[in-house]
Order: sequence, then C-alpha cells, then structure tokens
Amino acid sequence: MPGDERQQKILQEAQEFAAAELKPHAAEIDRKGALPKKLIKKMAARKYLSATFPNNYGGLELDPVHYGLFTECIGKACGASRALLTVQTSLVGESILRFGNESQKKKWLLPLAKGKKVGAFALTEPTVGSDAKNVQCQYRKVGDNYIINGRKKWISFGAIADFFVVICSYDGTVSAFIVERSPKEVHTRPIRGLLGGRASHIAEVEFQNAVIPAENLLGPEGSGFSYVVGTALDHGRFSIAWSGVAIAQAALEAMVSYARRREQFGQKIHKFQLIQGILGDAVTKTHAARALCLKAGELRKSQHSEAVHETTIAKYFTSKIANEVASDAVQVHGGEGCADKYPVERLFREAKILEIIEGTSQIQQLIIAKYGLRKYFSVKA
Amino acid sequence: MEQNNRIRAFIEANMAAIDEEITLNDSDNIFENGFVDSMFAMQLVAFIENEFAIQLSNEDLDLRNFNSVENVVKFLDNKKNS
Repeated sequence: MPGDERQQKILQEAQEFAAAELKPHAAEIDRKGALPKKLIKKMAARKYLSATFPNNYGGLELDPVHYGLFTECIGKACGASRALLTVQTSLVGESILRFGNESQKKKWLLPLAKGKKVGAFALTEPTVGSDAKNVQCQYRKVGDNYIINGRKKWISFGAIADFFVVICSYDGTVSAFIVERSPKEVHTRPIRGLLGGRASHIAEVEFQNAVIPAENLLGPEGSGFSYVVGTALDHGRFSIAWSGVAIAQAALEAMVSYARRREQFGQKIHKFQLIQGILGDAVTKTHAARALCLKAGELRKSQHSEAVHETTIAKYFTSKIANEVASDAVQVHGGEGCADKYPVERLFREAKILEIIEGTSQIQQLIIAKYGLRKYFSVKA
Repeated sequence: MEQNNRIRAFIEANMAAIDEEITLNDSDNIFENGFVDSMFAMQLVAFIENEFAIQLSNEDLDLRNFNSVENVVKFLDNKKNS
C-alpha cells in the first residue's frame, strides 16, 4: 500500500477509535482525574503510543503531517489521551529514538510502544520553569553509577510512570538519564486541584540518592540541554500545536451545534448576527491554525532548516486561538457553557494549559521575534 | 570554501544576536559569544545531517565540533576522511 494511503487508513481507523472509545468517556475521565490503564493499553495495542516510531520499534511510521492530523483526531475526542501521545511519543519516545543507543531503544522503546511501560519526561522543577538550562536536580558519578538527587514538578504521567527521562546537572553540565521507578529512590506525589490536565497523572517527582547505572545515560554527558531538551521540546511543541487545533475544532463544532439548536427570542440563536460574528471568527482562526500546523508538518517532513521556527509559530498561534475559540464557545453556550454538562467547559480549561506547557507563549514570542528580526531585515530598506 | 560558506550562511541566518555591529569570524565561538542560543545546537546538527547527507552519532555531538564555523568545517573534513 502506498505510504500516504496507508497513513490515511490509520487516520480513518483512529477517527473510528476516537469516536467509539475516547469521546464518550472524555468527561468521565476528566471528572475521575485518571486516564485508565486499560485505555492506555488499548491505545498501545493499536500502536498509537509509538505512532512515529519505525516499524522495528513497534511504531506506525507516521510522517509529521499525518502524526499531526492523528494528534488532532485523538485530541479532539479526549485531551488526556492526547497528552499521553505527547509524552510517550513526542517527548520520551523521540528523545530515546534520537539519542538512545541500540540497547536503550530495545529496552525502553519496545515496552513503551506495547503499553507495558509508561514513560515520563522530567525537566521542570519547583523553582525552574522557563529557565530550563538551570535545572537544580543534581547528578554525580560514583564508580560505575550515577547518583541523582532533586525534585521535579508538573511531570505529566509522572504519577504512574515506570521510567523517567530526567534532566539534571553537575557543575553546570546538563545531562539526561533514563531512570527506572524504584520504591526507595523515586517518590511520586500526584498533583490535584488542577485547572486542566486533570487526568494526565501529573505529579511531583523526587529522586533521593537514586542509583543509575552508567548505561542509562541518554546521549553523551553534557548533551542534556542543548540536544535532548532541544529535541524533546521541538517535538513537544509540534504535538501541542496540533493539540490547539484539536481543542479549537472541538469547541467550534460544539458552538455550531449549540447555536443551531438553542432558541432565544423565538428563533435559533445562530440567526443573530452577533453570534454569526463569533462563529465566523472561530472558523477562520481554526482554519488558520491548522494551516500553520500543516506548514510546520511539511517542513519537518522535508527536514527544512526553518521547521523549528515554524513549529514554534504554530504552537504559539494555535494555543492562543484555542483559548479564544474555547472561550467563545462557552460564551455561545451562555450559562450552560459554565457547567460540565457540555464539553466546552472542559475545553476552556484545557486550552489554557497549552499556553504554558512546552514553553510559555512569552518564550515562543521571544523566539519568533528574533526569527522575524533576522528574516525580514533588509539592508536596503 | 563552499562548505564554509554554507555553514556560515546557516549560522548567520539563525543568529540570536542581531546587532549590526557584530561580525561573525570563522574562529568565533558562537555559543560563548551569545551569537546563537543553546537550542541552536540541535538545529545545526539537523542542518549538517540534511545539507551534507551524513548521519551524526552520539559521539559526534560534542559541542566543540559545532562551536565555530572553522570547527564545523574541520569536523566535516574529519568525518569524510574517517
């Protein structure tokens, strides 16, 4: 089967899966605050947690464009399931694929792909967010092992992870390690009371004299920030960009359905021009966001040198308009939009998270501004 | 020389420092001088792999191989001769 046709078929099946297995349960998953392990295994059985991996590591070999569309499809149905994809495939998986040696790939990627092990990417700390280069979590070499001490915070799937890609430093040198959960050395505490990501098993993680065999160093020592974090965040931003499209599209569909059913002043509310104005903006923003994501996907597919920047632009824009469209969807629903009877209340909360994770919108603005200052500068002008 | 120009053009196109007074010399350490941000290392690696059709291993990822135009050229020459 030709590549595109094969990938289209996977997308079609993912849509059916999302409609049958995810969307009907999304509200309950959010309410209960836990993505069920049974569902994680169902997604793994379809190779959804390793969608971009090569076939020999249990993947579906989706190219960036199809992986983006796939992310939209899953994210539109269930935010927590999409978060699982972001962490397993884009953050943990892509990091090990790029920097892992053969033995590490076999040991960690195959069980991750099969849903036998859940991974988490541990970068952020209680006092270190945007300034990620200054991680305080420490490692030191003792004999043939490394010892890790420190705390990480806001780690998606940290509460149930079997292993972690941990970014830590030693005397200014930042390195990445694969750390297996151990009851005595790795302690996780779920974080409750969250605005969004309630079912993504977000946790605080503490490493107390965690002994890591030298073979668990991921990439060369000292490559933790420039290479591993750089790669993970780039893939993560691409995933979050498409998550923004997913939320915007879901909010758009919800507001259209509601506007066509709801009656006020003796007529359907979609007939009011002020409501049409909101709908027109929502359609335009959602289409524009998807176009940016598709462009980033095509550039990534061709390994274009501007792919990183276009991904940043897509992440910044889609997370911004996801908030706007979700907010407008609540507005169209009126009082009903403020309760969890309708999905827009959840979409509104979930959208905000996208402006913070994988680099805040302000960090994206800085990167984009510098890119623009170079790209559009003309000596002649 | 053509190799040097291609690398220089890529670095110049991605310089975080945009002051017109700054000129990039072949021996300038682009990271220590703040000409690029630290995330640029991965972009440079991807560019080199794509532009020169080579696959870099973990052992190649020493930042010293990529911290100046001349070091990247040296690295590529060594890589081709190895």
